[in-house]
Amino acid sequence: MAVKRDDDFFWEGIDQGKLLVQCCSGCGKLRHPPRPMCPHCQSLSSESVEMSGRGTVYSWLISKHPTQPDVEPRTVVLLDTEEGTRLVGNMLAGETVKVGDRVQFAVGEFRGMRLPMFTTKGA
Amino acid sequence: MNLNGNTAIAGIGQTEFSKESGRSELQLAAEASIAAIRDAGLTPADIDGTMTFFEDTNDELQLANTLGIQNIRWMARSKGGGGSACATIQLAASAVASGAANAVLVYRAFNERSGRRFGQPPAASGPVQRDLHLAMGLDTPAKIYSLWYKRYMETYGLTNEDLGHYVVTAREYAATNPAAWYYEKPITLADHQESRWICEPILRRLDCCQESDGGCALIVTTRERARDLAQPLVPILGAAQSQLWNGDIMFDYYRDDPGEFPEAADVARQLWQVTGLSPSDIDVAMLYENFSPIVFMMLEAHGFVPRGEARDFVKSGQLRIDGQLPTNTNGGLLGEGYIHGYNNMTEAVRQMRGMAANQVKDAETVFVSSGRSAMILGRG
Ligand SMILES: [Zn+2]
Repeated sequence: MAVKRDDDFFWEGIDQGKLLVQCCSGCGKLRHPPRPMCPHCQSLSSESVEMSGRGTVYSWLISKHPTQPDVEPRTVVLLDTEEGTRLVGNMLAGETVKVGDRVQFAVGEFRGMRLPMFTTKGA
Repeated sequence: MNLNGNTAIAGIGQTEFSKESGRSELQLAAEASIAAIRDAGLTPADIDGTMTFFEDTNDELQLANTLGIQNIRWMARSKGGGGSACATIQLAASAVASGAANAVLVYRAFNERSGRRFGQPPAASGPVQRDLHLAMGLDTPAKIYSLWYKRYMETYGLTNEDLGHYVVTAREYAATNPAAWYYEKPITLADHQESRWICEPILRRLDCCQESDGGCALIVTTRERARDLAQPLVPILGAAQSQLWNGDIMFDYYRDDPGEFPEAADVARQLWQVTGLSPSDIDVAMLYENFSPIVFMMLEAHGFVPRGEARDFVKSGQLRIDGQLPTNTNGGLLGEGYIHGYNNMTEAVRQMRGMAANQVKDAETVFVSSGRSAMILGRG
């Protein structure tokens, strides 16, 4: 039997257009990145819960290839979801942000990969 | 860890720092190691312990067989990349303090520029797999660390130009250090501001360390032994490590405030406590800077200046040779070379011996930090 990675559910969610975060079945705390045990109550049971998709930009940068500065720059964001977890995502192509901006979850693609992306539109 | 000055760094050695060494990493390790062993006044047969980074490609036995080390009784590696540079000295000092070894060779050597470059994304050489960080574009250290540098800069209102004052200072030191890659090549703030963005709006090209080929080595032994060897005594007054819950050496995004660098605060607290020294007792600082913003974060987290005041401290020239805290006097990792923080440790020893290219007059203490580990060296 293939061993599942701890973050498989996250990517299955992304493929279904959902932002899923791990929630401890023992104490109800959210945790991200996904881990096999709750660091607060040591429970091994967890479920994934869907986030509203609303969040606030905590940090950001424009990522460029170090030796090809103009190739596909991306805005990478570190954001706090309104439910209180922090995660890394990208802004939809061409969007820039500043710290404190409100953003909304939107799945996007980069080089054929579906990734968690965000937009300021409608947020 | 309270070492009470009972252990010491008795020898240092290094190769030249270049962009293309033209020889194997094992040869670089052997050249740096034999230089350190001879500097101490020892022979390879006197070495009975080895210590390096987990990431070093040089196998201990291959190096021992190359150098002629006869009997290794203690062998260990340290986890955590450049952040554990001072941890390698702490571990070696623990070994000699406990009697597990008499003299430990601490080494690091690589072709980090002509071989595998840390600064290039792994994606360049293979397919990208989805994960929580690399796939999002965080595929080089410059980008990975910039998300927490940005938090620091946002909190205290620093711009990239503020970082430039540190870079100009480091390049001043490098300009008068013949071992530095940027020897005789000082820059102005305008040069810094004209270099291209690597991570907008955080890092420009000149904020990044110099990917280098080369090797460094140090010999750690007891104070008793070191006192009878070839060099002036450089005791290890204290050494500390810190890894705190929910931290991460690279993707350190998930704690309350990554910009505060709590591990750097913790190693300093430990060192002030065990040595009885305080920041005002420190004559020289050697601070691991893979990228310029970390110097500001460390100055504050270590307690050299209050939170938010590093910007003005650096801008007013306090890191210069005539300032309050001469810092990275070899030019640092972005002026001299990037040997994973080891070249800042060899410089610290030179400062204590009074033989650095940019010698701080009457220096008696040096605070050496790689962020998540640190040490204080003194004079015999
Ligand atoms: Zn729990």
